[in-house]
Amino acid sequence: MEIGQNSIEKSVSPAKTTNAKSLRLVVETRQTNPVKTFSDSQTTHSPLTDVPAKIVIRDMNFFYGTVQALKDVNMTVPANKVTAFIGPSGCGKSTLLRCLNRLNDLVDGTRIEGTILLDEENIYRPEVDATDLRTRVGMVFQKINPFPKTVWQNVAYGPQLQKIRKRAILDDIVETSLQRAGLWEEVKDRLHASALGLSGGQQQRLCIARALAVNPEVLLLDEPCSALDPISTGRIEELLHTLKERLTVVIVTHNMQQAARVSDLTGFFLLGELIEFDDTKKIFTNPGDSRTEDYVTGRFG
Amino acid sequence: MKRHFDDELADLKQRILRMGAVVERQIRQALIALVDRDDLVANQVIQNDRQVNTMDVEIDELCLELLALHQPAARDLRFVTTAMKISTELERMSDLAENICERAIELNAEPQLKPYIDIPLMAERGIKMVSESLDAFVRGDSVLARQVLNEDDYIDDLNEQIFRELLSFMIENPQTISRAIRLSFISKYIERIADHATNVAELVVYMVEGKIIRHTIPT
Repeated sequence: MEIGQNSIEKSVSPAKTTNAKSLRLVVETRQTNPVKTFSDSQTTHSPLTDVPAKIVIRDMNFFYGTVQALKDVNMTVPANKVTAFIGPSGCGKSTLLRCLNRLNDLVDGTRIEGTILLDEENIYRPEVDATDLRTRVGMVFQKINPFPKTVWQNVAYGPQLQKIRKRAILDDIVETSLQRAGLWEEVKDRLHASALGLSGGQQQRLCIARALAVNPEVLLLDEPCSALDPISTGRIEELLHTLKERLTVVIVTHNMQQAARVSDLTGFFLLGELIEFDDTKKIFTNPGDSRTEDYVTGRFG
Repeated sequence: MKRHFDDELADLKQRILRMGAVVERQIRQALIALVDRDDLVANQVIQNDRQVNTMDVEIDELCLELLALHQPAARDLRFVTTAMKISTELERMSDLAENICERAIELNAEPQLKPYIDIPLMAERGIKMVSESLDAFVRGDSVLARQVLNEDDYIDDLNEQIFRELLSFMIENPQTISRAIRLSFISKYIERIADHATNVAELVVYMVEGKIIRHTIPT
């Protein structure tokens, strides 16, 4: 694979350490001017000024083979807020979300350029362990995917991988995580029954509990409600409001009303470009770009 | 993409226009009732206010329906909420036209106090503001809307001048007091109509630019 001066390979093999070193240099010079808040961020899309940044995306380009899926994306995701990505299918919003915990590393033929900083550290630095990263940046998917195990085992799975063995500690983590996912009351009497016996909405909240069990700092949600009924959807939306007190939430959704209801900030993507990133209230009442306006009013296409 | 929703928005716009036309006529007729001392016309205006009230309720219901069923955003949302408020403003104008007619009927029962010159002049300017603010709404023209805002001072000055003139009548001859007070009410009603036209113009600026300029001191 060809690597340009600014590009960062998706996974750096030992044979390419020289490249990796020069890359690290690039990364470090970029970090001499650390970004703490929106106000000193160099990005053009920085709608809030007094909120500390959790994730800073700079000059990001992303390719599936020769197809460019994201173009020059710059954005600053603030801590303890819900940020929504909206846009028509194929606009790159899910691709960007998957870049935030390096899930695209697992896709062959992909290439990423630019930097993504999590707490001022580039997550694409070669020494960053992708598994550790994914512990800090958890993810919940559109396709509801509980393990074919018990409710308890689903939630305890992550902590057990982290070598937590004591039953009392695990019990505690399971209870806390289920409570934070708003599921405890419904499953406390069936912790050792199969997770597959739960309803769809319960299974999705179980997936959220499983993600919360390893105490992530960021939770990524990719269309988490698209397979759920309105009541389950409402539960998850309410959940996001409480979750953001402890962590940073980024959600991709096709449902614009959902983005309007749950998010503090909204980014609108079109053909791989971030068209507008602003306060959700502004995006849905008085957007700055006519393309955003066309999309949120349903005139698009 | 052609949206079914656009037809409903066009329908809403038409209803506001029709209501605006009726309200403009109400104000004109009220002035005729006063100047021509015609009780028949006055009573017609009072009757017609019911029609305006019905239109207001219908527009309100349509707007609520559009909000509930289509959950409009951005430009569409501003259009629907603005239409809802404009309908209230128009309804108030019609109420004031009705009030003018009530005072006119009372005045017509006595000999005319003086030739009516300034009041029709003021009303003419007020009606112009109403029709321009509605034009601005239909065309989405915030420049025109801002022009309407500037005209309000002229009306306020005229109202003040009429009041002083009537005051001098009352001081000279207490016999004129009841008529003079009624005329000064009418002058005040017209001034209020112009204020409502100003509100419509401010709403149009919000609809077009997304900026709320109400309750701000003009720069």
